[in-house]
Amino acid sequence: MFFTKDHEWIKVDGDVATVGISAYAAEQLGDVVFVEVPDLGRILTVGDSLAVVESVKAASDVYAPVSGEVVEANGDLAGAPETVNADPEGAGWFAKLKIVDASQLKGLMDRAAYDVFLASL
Amino acid sequence: MTDPCLKRTALYDAHVALGARMVPFAGYQMPVQYADGVLKEHRWTRDQAGLFDVSHMGQARLRGVAPLAAFEEVTPGDFIGLKPGKLRYSLLLNHKGGIIDDLMAGRPDDDGLYLVVNAGGKDGDFKWIANELAGQVKIERLENHALLALQGPKAAAVLAVHIPAVAGLGFMETTRLSAFGTDVIVSRSGYTGEDGFEISLPNAIATEVWTLLLCDQRVRPIGLGARDSLRLEAGLPLYGHDANETISPIQAGLTFAVSKRRRDAGDFPGYSRIKRELDGDLACVRVGLRVLEGAPAREGAEITDASGAVVGEVTSGGFSPTLSSAIAMGFVPPALALVGTPLSVIVRGKSQPAQVVAMPFVPHRYFRKS
Repeated sequence: MFFTKDHEWIKVDGDVATVGISAYAAEQLGDVVFVEVPDLGRILTVGDSLAVVESVKAASDVYAPVSGEVVEANGDLAGAPETVNADPEGAGWFAKLKIVDASQLKGLMDRAAYDVFLASL
Repeated sequence: MTDPCLKRTALYDAHVALGARMVPFAGYQMPVQYADGVLKEHRWTRDQAGLFDVSHMGQARLRGVAPLAAFEEVTPGDFIGLKPGKLRYSLLLNHKGGIIDDLMAGRPDDDGLYLVVNAGGKDGDFKWIANELAGQVKIERLENHALLALQGPKAAAVLAVHIPAVAGLGFMETTRLSAFGTDVIVSRSGYTGEDGFEISLPNAIATEVWTLLLCDQRVRPIGLGARDSLRLEAGLPLYGHDANETISPIQAGLTFAVSKRRRDAGDFPGYSRIKRELDGDLACVRVGLRVLEGAPAREGAEITDASGAVVGEVTSGGFSPTLSSAIAMGFVPPALALVGTPLSVIVRGKSQPAQVVAMPFVPHRYFRKS
């Protein structure tokens, strides 16, 4: 699992990457009441808005950590947005992307580096 | 992160000790939520009793030879008719009938009027009143006073443990009394739609009283996040969003704050415009919207009619924990303001169905003496 400075995580299996937000991000957002996941087939460029997470107070974008095509979206979140708080780094995933350029993963942090980054905030 | 330019209320340390997330608001560092989070805090207030620090709001005494009559020159309310012990919601109006701020004014005793205005505009408000009423009134700001709000169905039982006399107060009544070893002003009022109280007390005892109230198992601290979702469900406007200097009381759906006597006399600021609007010449009006599908519509979202034409804008909106649905307030032409009118809201480029609904979204549960 790799992390971005915007607190997304990405887990790679072959050429497909699952994307979500870190436990830290979920805690900061507070109670998630609505999640907008991307449509299947959407082509995302690294940094594009991949999902929108809404708390009672505000909406926050989740950005694509790498470029790719959306091959699966987590439809369960529509009926259970609280999953993002309950299991942010597991069942609270947003979408799976078919990676186009694996070299984009190189700039991301591993868990240890992300923990150091969090400690610096 | 500590910003030296931001002020702190007397309860700052208490908030931090409770694990509050502090955010800048109206020049103060205020708790937006505590460890429970907005949803739980919101529900706790609806079910039990929530304790809010609203000491950032502007409290003052208005004194003069005839302070009640004088105050009518800057508001459309009937203050000459305000009896001792009563509290009134009113509006500070500019000369064009626009809303400078909304406020509470009461007579907890015989010492003129007790005023509470919003935090964001308090300096300007008091300056405006002082200038408009120059020579008639003196304003003494209660700088060394905190303001606590205790809100929810258990609020009365909780507060009566410490101040038995509050059981005798009805909604929108206010009194000065001795409690916690000092003078306090207690009003049966609030900003949640629930029964509850607002308690003005010296900063010196604020933390002690805050802590004492929180020792009651029925009470939990509630941040500004839930304060906003609670007032939204209660259909109460938030100044600077659902009301501003260009919006009139009639447009804002606050016609009740323009008293009959003052309407007949036509003697308040902006009367000619407000008279025209009362006679039906109204450009837009504040409505409640239930968003039937999709994401919450936030402030700034466009409202469209059945044909897709933009007819207005959301001025505040979010998720209603009580209704488990997105709700919003916004302004639309009167012809589209009837309950049941189908409209749409545009969120991130997507049109989502919405419907005009009656406000409050969640029924008020104020305590009225029979």
